[in-house]
Amino acid sequence: MKKKPNYLRIGVHAFGLSPLAFLLVAALTDQLTVNPIQNVEQRLGHYALYMVVASLAVTPLNTLFGWRQLIRHRRTIGLYAFFYACLHFSVFFGVDYFFDVREVLMLTIEKPYIWLGLSGLIILAALAITSFKWWMKKMGHGWQSLHRTIYFAAIILVIHYAWAKKGSLANLSGDILQPLIIGILVAFLLILRIPRVRHWASGLRQRRPFNRRHASGGPASGPGPEAKNKEADPISA
Amino acid sequence: MENKLKHVAVPSSEITPEALYFSRRDFMKVAGIAGAGALLAACAPNLPATTPPPGSAVPGPTDELGDPANTWDEITNYNNYYEFTVNKEGVAPLSESLTTRPWTVEVGGLVNKPQTFDIDDLLKKFEQKERIYRLRCVEAWSLVIPWQGFELNELLKVVEPMASAKYLAFTTLFRPEEMKGQGSPFYPWPYTEGLRLDEAMHRLAILGTGLYGKPLPNQDGAPIRLVVPWKYGFKSIKAIVKMDLVEERPQTLWNTIATNEYGFYANVNPQVDHPRWSQRTERRIGEFRRRDTLMFNGYEEEVADLYAGMDLALNY
Repeated sequence: MKKKPNYLRIGVHAFGLSPLAFLLVAALTDQLTVNPIQNVEQRLGHYALYMVVASLAVTPLNTLFGWRQLIRHRRTIGLYAFFYACLHFSVFFGVDYFFDVREVLMLTIEKPYIWLGLSGLIILAALAITSFKWWMKKMGHGWQSLHRTIYFAAIILVIHYAWAKKGSLANLSGDILQPLIIGILVAFLLILRIPRVRHWASGLRQRRPFNRRHASGGPASGPGPEAKNKEADPISA
Repeated sequence: MENKLKHVAVPSSEITPEALYFSRRDFMKVAGIAGAGALLAACAPNLPATTPPPGSAVPGPTDELGDPANTWDEITNYNNYYEFTVNKEGVAPLSESLTTRPWTVEVGGLVNKPQTFDIDDLLKKFEQKERIYRLRCVEAWSLVIPWQGFELNELLKVVEPMASAKYLAFTTLFRPEEMKGQGSPFYPWPYTEGLRLDEAMHRLAILGTGLYGKPLPNQDGAPIRLVVPWKYGFKSIKAIVKMDLVEERPQTLWNTIATNEYGFYANVNPQVDHPRWSQRTERRIGEFRRRDTLMFNGYEEEVADLYAGMDLALNY
């Protein structure tokens, strides 16, 4: 019996690597502007943030549409987020500021948007390192708490992004449209995790007429407390 | 604190105060003509700078510090012109929708001879000279640009500011059907800017009308814009339609958006940071390593007197 290729896993990796493809195409078609260092640095930052958002979307996609198969691939998406965050930081430190440790240290101390970004990177690093099963067993419940810091990381990274732009979130003016959109998306994905909201949202799913699992009948076909536990455990099934 | 202004009670007939007089040597230095590559231009000051063919031994134009002017391509494809789009490379194609003829510049307010000038009359009336200036964006990148234009003070002399005039306010065109970005609700269009009168009278402040010997392309502020090279780029307002001599400090667009971030003076100053990012260094377009930002963008010797005694951190 031949094992079927896991198309979803391939798809997730394709998704995770697609920003590099976009970057390569942009480089080859001269779209990196006359300030390519800043352009590449910013693109990589966007990719990292999009991957964080994608990883945050996994649970809501299950809540809203019952796409449980994505859950086991959440770690992969998160690792890609860390990957792009590392690249973004490397370009910042190694190319933009060319290893000027003193200058970068000064910027980190003085400028909130820099240390917010660095804090986000540190959180992503901690999550990446502890993403392996060995750590889950070792940390037990603490693992869950640690990995929930992604919510905090997502928020500070949106602020990091907004604060790099010429605009004011406070009075909603200037160049803030893109950070605003991402911010609203992150807020939406976090709100969907609030137990009452999540309950209501998955309730919407139960009433859908074309739910395949309902057609097969039986209590195991719908969402419920059982499903909640499964969602929290990323290595289920 | 305006008591440091040397020329507060200036009779309208006497508008070139002593402090603005330049010796010929200073003028040559300031105008970037002393650069090694521009010796030819010094012989014939109105010869436009051109980008030398690739690989040629002829050095290109440089600023007065000896740094090469950026290429036409660099200057015309990297623009902060939010009236079109916030995408720096997207401005050039979108700006093609702008029509720059007919075009008038209305000059009024506290002047004895308010007038509305047709742009082509302005081009004929004032000799268009080359000035190779550095432009330093508040975002910490910079360009060296060979402008064509004429000194702002020449226009002001024609309209004769009254003694009560303290500031010069500028307004950009408001034409959302041609400037797509003006539909954005995030900005209080039209773009406005302003200078203190002595800043406006300074020899370095020009009205730019050309680039590399050609008329300004739309994306660079056609048909007429301000260039104040010792200030952050957002002060150099583009596509000017109105200039007013006023008594009170005028409102400016970026100051309205974020008052504590974009000041009225906006003098380039590595010691006064933007609240959120540092102004110590910058990237010169085309270079790999960052550069140290220079006080007043390298024009300290020429303009520092304007701010003698002022707290530059307070008056950012």
